[in-house]
Amino acid sequence: MKAVELSTVASTFQEIKNRAESGWQELWHSGKPVILVGTGTCGRAAGALDVLQAIRDEIGRQNLDCHLVEVGCMGHCYAEPIVIIAKPGYPPIAYGHVNPVIAERLIKDFILGDNPCLEFVLGALEKNELVPSFSEFPRAKYEKKVILKNCGYIDPEQIDHYIANGGYQAVAKVLEMSPEEVIDEVKKSGLRGMGGAGFPTGQKWEICRHARGRPKYVVCNGDEGDPGAFMDRTILESDPHSVLEGMVIAAYAVGARRGYIYVRAEYPLAVHRVRVALRQARELKLLGKNILGSDFSFDIELFQGSGAFVCGEETALIASLEGKPGIPYHRPPYPAVNGLYGKPTLINNVKTLAYLRSIIENGAGWFTGLGTEGRGGTAVFALAGKIVNTGLAEVPMGTTLRQLIFDVGSGIPDAKRFKAVQIGGPSGGCLPESALDLPIDFDSLRDAGAMMGSGGMVVLDEDDCMVEIARYFLEFTQRESCGLCTFCRLGTKQMLEALDEITKGKGKIEDIDMLTELAEDISAGSLCSLGKTAPNPVLSTLRYFRDEYEAHIKEGRCPALMCQELIAYYIIPERCERSCDACVGTCTVEAISTNKKRIKVIDQEKCVKCGTCLKACPPQYNAVVRLSPPDQVPASE
Amino acid sequence: MVSLTIDGKKVKAKEGEKLLWAALDNGIYIPNLCALREAWLPSASCRLCFVEVEGKDSPVTACTEPVKGGMVVNTTGPKALRLARTAAELLIASHPVDCAHCLSSGSCELQKIAAHLKIKLKTKRLRKITRELPIDSSSPLFTYDPNKCVLCGRCVWVCRERLGIGDIGFAHRGFQRVVTTFADEPMAKVRCRECGECVTVCPVGALYFKDGRGSNPIIKED
Repeated sequence: MKAVELSTVASTFQEIKNRAESGWQELWHSGKPVILVGTGTCGRAAGALDVLQAIRDEIGRQNLDCHLVEVGCMGHCYAEPIVIIAKPGYPPIAYGHVNPVIAERLIKDFILGDNPCLEFVLGALEKNELVPSFSEFPRAKYEKKVILKNCGYIDPEQIDHYIANGGYQAVAKVLEMSPEEVIDEVKKSGLRGMGGAGFPTGQKWEICRHARGRPKYVVCNGDEGDPGAFMDRTILESDPHSVLEGMVIAAYAVGARRGYIYVRAEYPLAVHRVRVALRQARELKLLGKNILGSDFSFDIELFQGSGAFVCGEETALIASLEGKPGIPYHRPPYPAVNGLYGKPTLINNVKTLAYLRSIIENGAGWFTGLGTEGRGGTAVFALAGKIVNTGLAEVPMGTTLRQLIFDVGSGIPDAKRFKAVQIGGPSGGCLPESALDLPIDFDSLRDAGAMMGSGGMVVLDEDDCMVEIARYFLEFTQRESCGLCTFCRLGTKQMLEALDEITKGKGKIEDIDMLTELAEDISAGSLCSLGKTAPNPVLSTLRYFRDEYEAHIKEGRCPALMCQELIAYYIIPERCERSCDACVGTCTVEAISTNKKRIKVIDQEKCVKCGTCLKACPPQYNAVVRLSPPDQVPASE
Repeated sequence: MVSLTIDGKKVKAKEGEKLLWAALDNGIYIPNLCALREAWLPSASCRLCFVEVEGKDSPVTACTEPVKGGMVVNTTGPKALRLARTAAELLIASHPVDCAHCLSSGSCELQKIAAHLKIKLKTKRLRKITRELPIDSSSPLFTYDPNKCVLCGRCVWVCRERLGIGDIGFAHRGFQRVVTTFADEPMAKVRCRECGECVTVCPVGALYFKDGRGSNPIIKED
């Protein structure tokens, strides 16, 4: 290294970094075993806190000397609770579906003994001879972690873990750049708003930088409300400092001294971890007055949203921050010019902000090089629904839907057939099998009738009725509409009523045209983007699955056998086994009786279509079936 | 003042003023319910004032569009008309349309808008979706029928912003959105001073004077 004199910023940061790194070294190379327990919300829901307690108890009982660290979520939500054990002499191994009993065994057999309990292994963190590593998983070929890099590997409540992994380096770097240079770098990176709309981030920053009002604000939009999307929560829970660092960079670039981080109150763990992160960042002078000894000052306040979906819309979010009802207003003026308290306000999504540190550190060229075929960067998707590997995946832009669903997500469970994927939540659309080879990016998805949205991805199989899916999402947007503008308040209600009737077999064939026309008008005429995108699930299902709508309307038939009013449960006499009465016992309303031939019969009048008999019927008989339309049940029954 | 063209007519207006007022001041009617000249931020909620502006791909709401010199506006373009008609149709589909028994019939702006847009007061394409909310006749001065309310927000704005009282406001979300008092108290129980300003700005028959003041004389005699 050249013996150049370090600036105040650089030397202050170097000191912090040195200390953090030595702590990190001490954690991993002290010769003691390290146990990481994933205690994000997904882990907790699966029982991670019990596992943590069991490990703690066992460590106490055995009087063990080891490091026990709580980490966030590494994206393998399907395998939670996850415990990672790094014992000297072994590669760090991740164990999935851990319960307190398994946890105890891991301590006894692996940490005390030398049995790495291969039967519980999920994968190793690095390549080795003993167990397959994550890098050898089929999904590893497609995954490229940028903003999920630290998630599940560091303790989100220890700023030193973040700093030891390159954190806040970008803040130290931007403080010695001019704001214009920072904006220029972000513009060159081609980063676009990851909250859904995909507006070029650098351009937004430039507008805000040049806006005349003072003071300026930076707001992090963490009001993640899409059903099926949970990546913002995961990032805030697992790596909150990456978002704070992004906000400091943004504030420096646009010239803001105050920021707000808007997190839904329904994310208590995220709120807690952000609060801890803010405190720790202030302690190290990475936030507050004269950051790292420079003359730049910026501080962030945490704001808890009260759970209205529409508050994710930036103008509604501003209203909410100001203490008013979360109701959008007409744009322009755009918040970047006239936002919070009428001042220039930069609003960026959690993910957008989390990207910044890597872009600043590695340069715009590195970021654009991540994607394929001219599409820069990566995208994070929350895989949910009928998919084997539910969880989070970060892939380069341009990855195809097929690779994402079948290679990263390991396809559809129970040997069912893929039917559609709902992308972008209530604002997105359903794409069919024919769209699977579509490379993922903002524009391709929009052209196909879906939307990147927040990155929620719900996979649907042959048992899912597309009309019902459209109805479900519309019910959501209708309930979450603020009710301000006519199109969203009344238009979506009209559409919902029509869809309700169609799923009950009471729709009219004219409804299809009405739905299409109304959907177009709502898209064109609504005040805010909630209304403008609300009809997307209907438009996309009408585009790709019109035959299902027609089957419901014309034949009273639900092809996926999902719509309750259009199906009947029936026991095929030829398949029914005389000596078995599994279904009779499980029927909640005593609708099943045994006839003279000892064959079971469902009384259609009494049947409430709960489906327990279908589950109860042993697979070797498979006698209970669903029929649609219900009049398919033979008359003699 | 700058010149612009609305429906082929050359008019003059203040630059930056919202197009809706420029048109109305020059005798060109554009349907509207929620617009208030004094409000510093347009509500832009009724979605009726769509017009087409040359050079713009999609229709814009006249209440939010600032006047620019030389702009060419068409209030009857097919795209704008389609949106305005659908918006009006939606309002009508969720309105009782009990004109025969309504004191505001004849002075009702919804009737005027339907006539202007050439749409029927009976809905064919859309479903009739109304709410059965209780009528509040507790005030000695006026009656409030929330079922007829089109949620334009004029009464709320007048009570809150012009008079600084704020007795009424919006509550609930989505289809349930309603103009009401705090905690849904009857009008007589809140500190309403019975100035009647809210009644005078109501474009439909949701708020009406009990003595028939301000309503159509022919109906009044009924």
